[in-house]
Amino acid sequence: MLTLERVSKTYKVGLFGGTDLAAVRDVSFSLQPGEVISLIGESGSGKSTIGKMILRLLAVNGGAITHDGTDIATLRGSALRSYYRTVQGVFQDPFSSFNPIFKADHVFGLIRGVYFGSASTAEWERKLNDALEAVTLDPGQVLHKYPHQLSGGQLQRLLIARALLLDTRYLVADEIISMLDASTRIDVLNLLGDLKARGLGILFITHDLSLGNYISERTVILRRGRIVEMGATAAVFGQPLHPYTRMLIASVPRLHEKWGQIDAGVRAGSGWAPAPGERCLFHAAVPDGGAAADLAGLAGSGLAELEAGHFVGCVAPTADGTCGGRSASAA
Amino acid sequence: MTTRAPSAGAQTPDVVQGPQGVPTVPGAVPVGGRPDPRPMSRRGEILYFALRTKKVIIGLTIIAVFLVLALIGPIIRPGDPDALIGPLGASPSADWWFGTTSFGQDIFAQFVYSLGSTFLVGALGGGIAAIIGMTVGFVAGYRGGWIDEVLNMITNVVLVIPTLALLLVAAAYLSARGVVVEALFIGFTSWPWAARAIRAQTFSLRSREFVNLARMSGVKGLRIVFGEIAPNMSSYLFLTFILLFGGAILIAATLDFIGLGPTSGSSLGLMMYDAVAWSALQLGLWWWFIPPGVAITAIVGALYITNVGLDEVFNPKLRNT
Repeated sequence: MLTLERVSKTYKVGLFGGTDLAAVRDVSFSLQPGEVISLIGESGSGKSTIGKMILRLLAVNGGAITHDGTDIATLRGSALRSYYRTVQGVFQDPFSSFNPIFKADHVFGLIRGVYFGSASTAEWERKLNDALEAVTLDPGQVLHKYPHQLSGGQLQRLLIARALLLDTRYLVADEIISMLDASTRIDVLNLLGDLKARGLGILFITHDLSLGNYISERTVILRRGRIVEMGATAAVFGQPLHPYTRMLIASVPRLHEKWGQIDAGVRAGSGWAPAPGERCLFHAAVPDGGAAADLAGLAGSGLAELEAGHFVGCVAPTADGTCGGRSASAA
Repeated sequence: MTTRAPSAGAQTPDVVQGPQGVPTVPGAVPVGGRPDPRPMSRRGEILYFALRTKKVIIGLTIIAVFLVLALIGPIIRPGDPDALIGPLGASPSADWWFGTTSFGQDIFAQFVYSLGSTFLVGALGGGIAAIIGMTVGFVAGYRGGWIDEVLNMITNVVLVIPTLALLLVAAAYLSARGVVVEALFIGFTSWPWAARAIRAQTFSLRSREFVNLARMSGVKGLRIVFGEIAPNMSSYLFLTFILLFGGAILIAATLDFIGLGPTSGSSLGLMMYDAVAWSALQLGLWWWFIPPGVAITAIVGALYITNVGLDEVFNPKLRNT
């Protein structure tokens, strides 16, 4: 199991790094094999930062990420290599994920050198062909070619095949289909579904709610580095508790709706801010701001469990844990 | 020159043989079948394309001509190149190919000896500067943080040291300076701009996803720098070396010309210094200063042409295949 416990990430910005910029604040959730969690949020909400921290490409500032009980920050050398055997990632831009001066199979060469040094060439090629078949790629079409000679969909599938070659149990899929054509999107998305059926745990990072709804069992909604709502996908999309989630869902363009028919407030959705009169469900449930209450092991994470497995955060959290919208909720 | 016989490539062991034994262009999949299981290695591929790029061939040919001249010249004209053996101020002829100085020294003999020391200064000075610059640039750019701060500070300190002033001081203390000392001196003072350029380039490549992918493949930092980042800027690194090589030659020529050069041995800069010191310009002895001037220009120019051609070789996207 891959668990995040109150994970925070702060960047030093400004002259001499004098100012702290919190990219991720007190994020806690866990990923099991065989489930897909979609991590949804707007640009800058910290969703990619979470993915990079899980992949140990960024260091965690506060809290810890544990893999089967081991803090991944402590992994070194061979322990880190075996971590990467089980936890892998695929990124948004397929063209930047491949070194442009090497042929695309260079990514397989890298893992062969590190993980399959003892395998014979025949054995390796059999494994490679199996992995490519699993992602419905024809080895003859994609091997020995440069990345610029392949399509984005082929490249993304090559990266998924690379993850399959290792004994990957958890896959961080960071916006992997945002840069693909609509026609190849659904293929890659269905491929993720197949992988889930094979027992992979997938963290599906996206800003597209319908994609998240399509593929995932659980949904985590991020806003400004904090979780605002988390729960089973059906519950989050069916009975959204947080006004931000409601706004997100309302702002998804639907196939038979036209611009003029939409409420002006929703149209301006990208600049969402809590209305002063909004009732804060979090502070209604946890009057002391969660400082004392232990909410299903999420003490102090700013989330209240309103229904079984369905968590909601404060509408307008302030730095000291009080509610910016308190006047309304107290009334 | 462009269309070399295909057999030239086929003789290298790395070339792929297609299904029918036909040599194929690397990167291309043979029609109607799986690609060859053992494709051409990257090194073989670079050689393959390098030998088919006109600019590379022209540049390397010019360098090779001068290099051969520097190597065999002393064999054709043995003895002390400064010996006073010929007529005074003779123009080029069958006996004295490049003429003689106003003291009767054979200019061709001086020229070929000087070429050797010029290549030595370029290779040693440029090589040292390239090694220091690349090491500092890669480490600072890839590691970042306080290591970057410290290295950057050292780089900037060396950058602002005026080479000429330092050389004047050194010249006052070292009574006998050879070509090697001069090359070392140039090498240890001319690396900072290379370090800064490589650091900046490494910085931008470090944040690319393929570096993350290599890290997630369990590859160690040093191998990421030399296996992923450096190959991406190989033409850039080569350009750095060429600029440092050419720069070292030019700096050496300048130092020689103003009289801070080696106290022993000869160099192209020293030849020009002598020519000017003994009024070759005013006396019309053009054969005294033209050959060293042309040689310096041609060598540095040929290096630049080679580099432009190599850009196409190192970057698969620029190839016309």
